[in-house]
Amino acid sequence: MSMIFSPIPWLLVIPLAGAVLTMLIPWHWRSPASLLGILTQLMASLILWYQVSHFGPQIYAMADWQAPLGIALRADGLATLFILMSSVIASACALYAHVYLSLAKRANFWPLLWFLWASLNGIWLAADTFNLYVGLELLTFAAVGLVAFSSDERSLEASIRYLYAALLGSMAYLLGVALLYGAQGTLAMDSLADTWHWGPTNQVAVTLILGGLLLKTAVFPLHTWLPPAHGGALTPVSALLSALVIKASFYILLRFWVEFGIYEYLPSLSQLLGALGAGAIIWGGWMALKQTHLKMVVAYSTVAQIGYMSLIFPLLVSDSSEASLMAYQGGMLMLLAHAFAKAGMFLAAGNLIFCTGKPDLQSLAGMSRYRPLNIFAFGLAGVSLMGLPPSGGFNAKWLLLQSSFMSGQWWWIVVLLIGSLLSAAYIFRVFAYTYKETDRGDTFNRPHLSLELIALGLSVISILWAFLSVWPLNMISLPGPLMEALP
Amino acid sequence: MNWTDWLPLAVLMTSFLAATIIFMLPEQKHILRSTINLGAACIKILLIVFLIQAVLQQNYPEVRLEVLPGLELILRADSLAILFAGLSSVLWLFTTLYAIGYLENSPNRSRFFGYFSLCVASTMGISLAGNLFTFLIFYELLTLSTYPLVVHRGNAASIKAGRSYLIYTLTGGVVLLLGVASLYALGGDIAFGDIERTAELMAHSPELMTLIFILLIAGLGVKAAIFPFHGWLPTAMVAPAPVSALLHAVAVVKAGAFGIVRVVYDVYGIELSWQQGLLYPIAIIASFTILYGSWRALQQIDIKKRLAFSTVSQVSYILLGISLFGPLGTIGGLVHLLHQGLMKVTLFFCAGNYAETLGIHKIHELDGVGKRMPMTSVAFTIGALGMIGLPPVAGFISKWYLGMGALEANMGWVIFVLIGSSLLNAAYFLPVLKRIWFNPQQGDWPHEAHTSYRDAIPLLLIPALVTAAFSVAAGLFASSILSPLGWAELITLREYLR
Repeated sequence: MSMIFSPIPWLLVIPLAGAVLTMLIPWHWRSPASLLGILTQLMASLILWYQVSHFGPQIYAMADWQAPLGIALRADGLATLFILMSSVIASACALYAHVYLSLAKRANFWPLLWFLWASLNGIWLAADTFNLYVGLELLTFAAVGLVAFSSDERSLEASIRYLYAALLGSMAYLLGVALLYGAQGTLAMDSLADTWHWGPTNQVAVTLILGGLLLKTAVFPLHTWLPPAHGGALTPVSALLSALVIKASFYILLRFWVEFGIYEYLPSLSQLLGALGAGAIIWGGWMALKQTHLKMVVAYSTVAQIGYMSLIFPLLVSDSSEASLMAYQGGMLMLLAHAFAKAGMFLAAGNLIFCTGKPDLQSLAGMSRYRPLNIFAFGLAGVSLMGLPPSGGFNAKWLLLQSSFMSGQWWWIVVLLIGSLLSAAYIFRVFAYTYKETDRGDTFNRPHLSLELIALGLSVISILWAFLSVWPLNMISLPGPLMEALP
Repeated sequence: MNWTDWLPLAVLMTSFLAATIIFMLPEQKHILRSTINLGAACIKILLIVFLIQAVLQQNYPEVRLEVLPGLELILRADSLAILFAGLSSVLWLFTTLYAIGYLENSPNRSRFFGYFSLCVASTMGISLAGNLFTFLIFYELLTLSTYPLVVHRGNAASIKAGRSYLIYTLTGGVVLLLGVASLYALGGDIAFGDIERTAELMAHSPELMTLIFILLIAGLGVKAAIFPFHGWLPTAMVAPAPVSALLHAVAVVKAGAFGIVRVVYDVYGIELSWQQGLLYPIAIIASFTILYGSWRALQQIDIKKRLAFSTVSQVSYILLGISLFGPLGTIGGLVHLLHQGLMKVTLFFCAGNYAETLGIHKIHELDGVGKRMPMTSVAFTIGALGMIGLPPVAGFISKWYLGMGALEANMGWVIFVLIGSSLLNAAYFLPVLKRIWFNPQQGDWPHEAHTSYRDAIPLLLIPALVTAAFSVAAGLFASSILSPLGWAELITLREYLR
């Protein structure tokens, strides 16, 4: 397909061009230019979705250079769904930031956002391990820059920690990829998977790659960098980080895990990853319950939710292919629902903090009375995170439960159920504060209505997945390397 | 698709839309909000009338939506669904009227009525659910939408009550989820009424199916407030009176009891449950809860607390009826689902009237109130006598059928439970009535509201009188097909002839 008709290059070229352009042009033009860019991104994602759902997965070679020399990009159902997901959420966060940030901050926000967006799209579409590495690195720098943006001392410290953790992760990954290249002479995922063999070099490589990605995804107990970074960043940045950025390394992890069939060689490792997930659910939930600051509660909730997604690793390894399919569907639906719910929740939390002017939970008294729209947005997102029906989170939990039943791994059922109660506990704890009445009357700030509506919109989508889950599930079941490699 | 198939969805949507609009209305638009509320309630009753016609002609409208591969959301109106949906929609209308009067001049009304409508929407979903998955969705939605109502007052006591409510109901919800998910894992999606499928599963793995039965009943038992899961109900009494009415009569405890009815009749089937010996333990737990609740009610000095423990006891009558194998027991249980709702809502309205008009919260403060508030007191008396089981109030019919059902099921000891409980009911209601009507007034009323009315204001009084009249009418006109008894007989006929 020629360059004009495929939207795939536009998904990379426009964000990269946007990043460079928004660095160069005057402050006042940066927002209009970015809004135009957002529009084209949304259009390109929709066209890609149309093409993939009607004509099947698309493969695109940049500038017609074929693999192994050129950059090959592949849009299967999973990648397309994630492209759509990141387009909608990044657009929402960008619009939020446009209203939320001052002109000076906004001007510096746009280039970083476009780099972030480009690297996300690059990762979803990458067909080879080196592209994935480039995407990861670019993502790290954009994300660290965005965290540092809040420019108080604590967030600087958090961003330095984040930078070290993320760089360590990338280094490990790069080393692993270099070893794979040395052993097999290729970087493309599919040819690597074809010539894959379980030798000492590959063992070291896989260990490095998995370790690096686990650190970047903040899987328990490698999560300590996450809460200060996500909780301390500016609100739209927190939303982007929790909803999208950690998903990128998780996506790569999952692709390695499934496409290279690592689970076959390391069956006990899958149980270990599940156990780490269980640890994340319990520890993250417990820590969220102990926090005194609203955004820290939400940040620890992300730690716990990564745990839910990690349960996919042991559940994929099952004698019954139906159970693996359900685990895959449940995990991906969990990821999708979490992306929308967490973005909505962070934005709602940011609005609430703006209203009270203070970041702590105690100050939320009276919010439910005077700023009900934000509480509603926070609550709807909470429903999905708790996995209560009706929500995308519930449907995902249902699939994971069914997968656990079917594969006979009943212990994950216990984890899932305890996890739901824990998350209900920390979310309703926040609610209890907002329902307290105050004598102060309505002396709170009022955020711009568009800020409230953006948060609400994202949260509503996380609920709507309850009724529309069949659509993303069909999407991710389209043929693709991951789908075909499922056990 | 027939046009009637859309009716269940329309019934649900009337309150969903009402909730959405009310949430968006500014706080001070009181008249518009009340109009929308009452309009939606009336439209809903009208839609239910259409559904009744359809169901009488053995036509069961349903809509389906595939939410996950192989799993559907089903809304279906069968005769049992109509029983509960009819009760809730009628009581919703009067509870809304009452709430409008009760919350006059108080803050947060937009939020209150929004969640109130959402609550009724969930109740409609519960009654019209066509499989356990759909039931579960609305059952949990009910928990979520009642929490803001329980903590509505925003003081320390209500936040604490809300916490206890959540701990009980969410834990119950998780147990129910485990039961529903296990049943699905074992036998796929089983629509209500597909009892042949359950019988196959039972023949195949009886232990697992029994375990699932226990999980389902325990999960539902939390909302139905059966012993030992009843603790949240008396605590939740700090909520405003219309919310108590909602918890006790219209929605929450009924949702639990109705769920147990569904599990016994439409998932496992009454015969199968009987053959497997699953009913006898329910009978014992229900009997114990009946006596225990009455005993605890006797010890309360707070009016609403006494009524709360009375609910604990009365809801278990429904379970007792279900657990008696035979048509008469079934009729007794189902008819009490309605009768208890009518009588209990009356009692809570009256308790609210006493509190709002004269500031009366404790039982000893009721001395001589009959002369001051005669109409409210008449309504209260009707409700109380009905709870004791005196003819012609509806409660008598429930107890009569339960007793007959016990004899039919060869469980004569249940008669003694019924007699014991009636004596206890009399022991905790008759002294209250004596205080109201025969004791002289003791000093000033605790906190007298100054209105131009002698009794409670009309918006509070009329709903109480209407529901009291319904409680008597349900007894007097019991032979009509549209009376609670008539409809319960219809359901029972269709259940046992299956």
